[in-house]
Amino acid sequence: MTEQLPALQILITMLAAPVCVLVRHAKVSWAIAFGANVFAFWVAWQLLLQVQDTGAIRYALGGWAAPTGIEYYIDTVNAAIVMLVAGISSVVLLYAYSSVSKAIPKAKHYLFYAAWLLCVTGLMGIVITGDAFNVFVFLEVSSLATYMLISFGDDRRALTASFRYLILGSVGASFILIGIGFLYAATGTLNMIDLAERIPDSQSQRAVLVAFSFITIGVLIKAAVFPLHAWLPNAYTYAPVAVTAFLAGTATKVSLYVLLRFFFSVFGEDYSFGQLFLNGILLPAAIGGFLLMSLVAVFQTDLRRMLAYSSVAQIGYIVAGFSMASQAGLAAGIVHIVNHALIKASLFMAVGCIIYRVGHAHIPSLDNLFKRMPFTCVAFMLSGAGLIGIPLTVGFVSKFTLIGAAMDEGWWLLAALILISSLLAVIYIGRVVEIMLFRQSREGGQASTGMAEAPLSMLIPMYALVIVALYFGIYGSETLGVANEAALQLLGGFK
Amino acid sequence: MNPLWALVPPLAVIPFILLLGEKRKNWREVSILVAGVALFLINKSIYNDLMAGGTPQSGEIGLLADYTLKLSAEPMGVMFGLLASFLWVVTTVYSIGYMRGHHEINQTRFYTCFAIALAAVMGAAYADNLLTLFVAYEVITISTFPLVTHAGGVDAKKAGRVYLGILMTTSIGFLLPAIVWTATVGSSLDFVPGGVLADSGLSNGAMACLLGLFVFGIAKAGIMPFHRWLPAAMVAPTPVSALLHAVAVVKTGVFSLLKIVTYTFGIDTVVGSGAAQWFLPVAAFTVIVSSIVAFTKDNLKARLAYSTISQLSYIVMAALLATVMSVSGGVLHIVMHAFGKITLFFCAGAILVALHKSEISKLDGIGRRMPITMGAFFIGAVSIIGLPPAGGVWSKLLIAGGSLDTGTIIWASVLMLSTLLNIAYLLPIPLRAFFKPDPSLAPGEKATLQEAPPACLWAIVLTAFTCLLLFVYPQPLTELIGLIQWR
Repeated sequence: MTEQLPALQILITMLAAPVCVLVRHAKVSWAIAFGANVFAFWVAWQLLLQVQDTGAIRYALGGWAAPTGIEYYIDTVNAAIVMLVAGISSVVLLYAYSSVSKAIPKAKHYLFYAAWLLCVTGLMGIVITGDAFNVFVFLEVSSLATYMLISFGDDRRALTASFRYLILGSVGASFILIGIGFLYAATGTLNMIDLAERIPDSQSQRAVLVAFSFITIGVLIKAAVFPLHAWLPNAYTYAPVAVTAFLAGTATKVSLYVLLRFFFSVFGEDYSFGQLFLNGILLPAAIGGFLLMSLVAVFQTDLRRMLAYSSVAQIGYIVAGFSMASQAGLAAGIVHIVNHALIKASLFMAVGCIIYRVGHAHIPSLDNLFKRMPFTCVAFMLSGAGLIGIPLTVGFVSKFTLIGAAMDEGWWLLAALILISSLLAVIYIGRVVEIMLFRQSREGGQASTGMAEAPLSMLIPMYALVIVALYFGIYGSETLGVANEAALQLLGGFK
Repeated sequence: MNPLWALVPPLAVIPFILLLGEKRKNWREVSILVAGVALFLINKSIYNDLMAGGTPQSGEIGLLADYTLKLSAEPMGVMFGLLASFLWVVTTVYSIGYMRGHHEINQTRFYTCFAIALAAVMGAAYADNLLTLFVAYEVITISTFPLVTHAGGVDAKKAGRVYLGILMTTSIGFLLPAIVWTATVGSSLDFVPGGVLADSGLSNGAMACLLGLFVFGIAKAGIMPFHRWLPAAMVAPTPVSALLHAVAVVKTGVFSLLKIVTYTFGIDTVVGSGAAQWFLPVAAFTVIVSSIVAFTKDNLKARLAYSTISQLSYIVMAALLATVMSVSGGVLHIVMHAFGKITLFFCAGAILVALHKSEISKLDGIGRRMPITMGAFFIGAVSIIGLPPAGGVWSKLLIAGGSLDTGTIIWASVLMLSTLLNIAYLLPIPLRAFFKPDPSLAPGEKATLQEAPPACLWAIVLTAFTCLLLFVYPQPLTELIGLIQWR
């Protein structure tokens, strides 16, 4: 069975989705979704072990060999990211049950979980496939499911947020499709490995250039890289919090992976960075992202929106790592994909707990929350410390590696700007923590009513992520080891 | 003994503190005392191992790809560990009296954060590399933050912002890049005799920049202009000021600097590159100016805080002078100043508890009511000034002697000028207390004895006595310093 794992990775969650619709029962469909996700996580884990053992896996779907059929290509980079997606999705699903049953009418639950399953399937498919057109297909699967998930939000603005994302997401997806079309025209293949071989010798370099531009812009939109992030803050703010926690940990990360795959494996580092000076675009976008968006985050009054802007800023760090196109820089970017996913997912889960009890996430009204929800607040602080990059959190591992990589390149200014942006994170996280801990609640507030923690079914998954994050914050060499290996493989091209 | 054990007692006591809580506070405090004594014995055992020629060290944790968390014992760290753990016991005794006499709130949170801070101080003392030191340094900052804001009022919150703001900004803005830079150019981040930067190929200018990032990044050493957090921290309860802001936190700062100069740069590299000459004037400036500022403060704790800033810069100067003699003096001064200053803070707290006075101008004549406290204050002050018969004289002598090796008398004269200022701002306090008439008493009326709780007094007498003992018997310390490998 082990040789069929790549197909199972996608199939189980994909098939579980219609089953949910058939069942139409809230609890059962949740259980199906959760089971399928856990299984997907296990498969991803086996795949990662297998890849580390035997090297990259090429799997012909349905037995049709590469140029005719669709090929799945799995190496360390995408095995790790599939595992991340399935892992975050499983944990957040566990958490989602209580959160969703309060926020969404019970009759619609089965649809919610079906959409969730499709979304996970799409995301994992994007990552695992070795076929450029298949990337687009899965991208659409996940995007459509995402629009649906966002519109489940109980705030009516969720609909406009979803619509806005739909427009921008479709623009991004169309750009990617156009880019892939041009690539096909220029090379006559859609298989990534073949593409990588044929692009340098293609007769129509102009078509390749056009393809490159379309794909770059399309993926940057999907990844919410500054200044193409406009869809993200509203979507994160108004979607059901469980969805936000899931998306923040996975959706943008998957798009960043697509960026990596196309720039480094398909087009090759020489082409992207050597001939086209891609870092001339990526670096300013990254710097603008982490500086400006951190600054914007400082002034937000809604906790979800603040974290959303912080997400755009953190994506900036990741892109900054990519733009170095060095092994150290790539490793820093990849490790931050994982680390930020863990941090942000757990932060949004903490926000979900707050909303569950308090009913809103308006920062100035969270006064003295620590007295009422100590466990949630501690989880928030631990993850918030990770956002700042305080030692013993995963954020420190990323930041140290990223600054080290920048200094290796001799990019002193970048190193300095990263530090300044970390200090902004101190302000926006510190502000919230100060209100939670020290602000005395006003007259007639609920603070005196004693402790009112979120239910255990929400706290346990949240702490599971927090503890995983702490573990990788202390034993950072484990994630960094995988990231370094992944970076080497990316720079080496397809084997 | 594995230095990792030194983290165990302060961490192991936390569940006891939380479980026993406010209701069984006697047992809670017994558990802390037991942990303190255990920690001291562990440090003593590490000391014995070191004196027997061993190098106790722990295993490693791979925090980053090439850099690990690791503890190992070397003479400076052992001395710092012994000092901090000994004074933790004494401070616990003291705070039992103080916190009850003063009816402080949230004592469970107080003792918990205290214990975490102590564990982190042990981590810093035995850090085997810069990364471990940085981790411990940041944990100290964060765990002491709730102690500074303990009172919870507007002032405390404001002070907390200054505290966290300065310490975080400098450590992330300067210290972290300094460490990353060291990692990229140096042979490793480990603390090794002679340093890791000798073959780094850094120009003298770059070396000076790197040293500057360290000097200003370690704001816990209180060098100007990043000293404001220390006076701000004085809103904390006195035991915190005493142990953390006269000993553990600030000493972690200067200790880190001494270690970095000795084991990361190597004293020869510091002298050879001339990197320190840019920062010696800043340290000298801090010594003098903060002494003058101390002079203007009427609040006793504020005056002591500025005195601490000045004394810390003695050690910063000692580190930057980078001669064997001056650095030895700096290491010795960590201990000498600790005992002197903690005595003074204990006395300030005792006065607050017994008489509810915090301003120096109101201390006239209290020597008759609190003879033991003010007597101890006098001894502590003498030690800080650096006069016989108190231990402070030895370290000051060594630093001054070391500064003469550089061929100029400027730095020695700075120290002497500061000594005069010390006399001017410290000695009037006990003199006032003993010789001025008490304004609250009618002429001819006799003062009644009104001492602090006995737990406080015991602690005060013990530290004051140690100041005197270190004058006649500093040998254990000097022997330990003799073991430092300079090259």
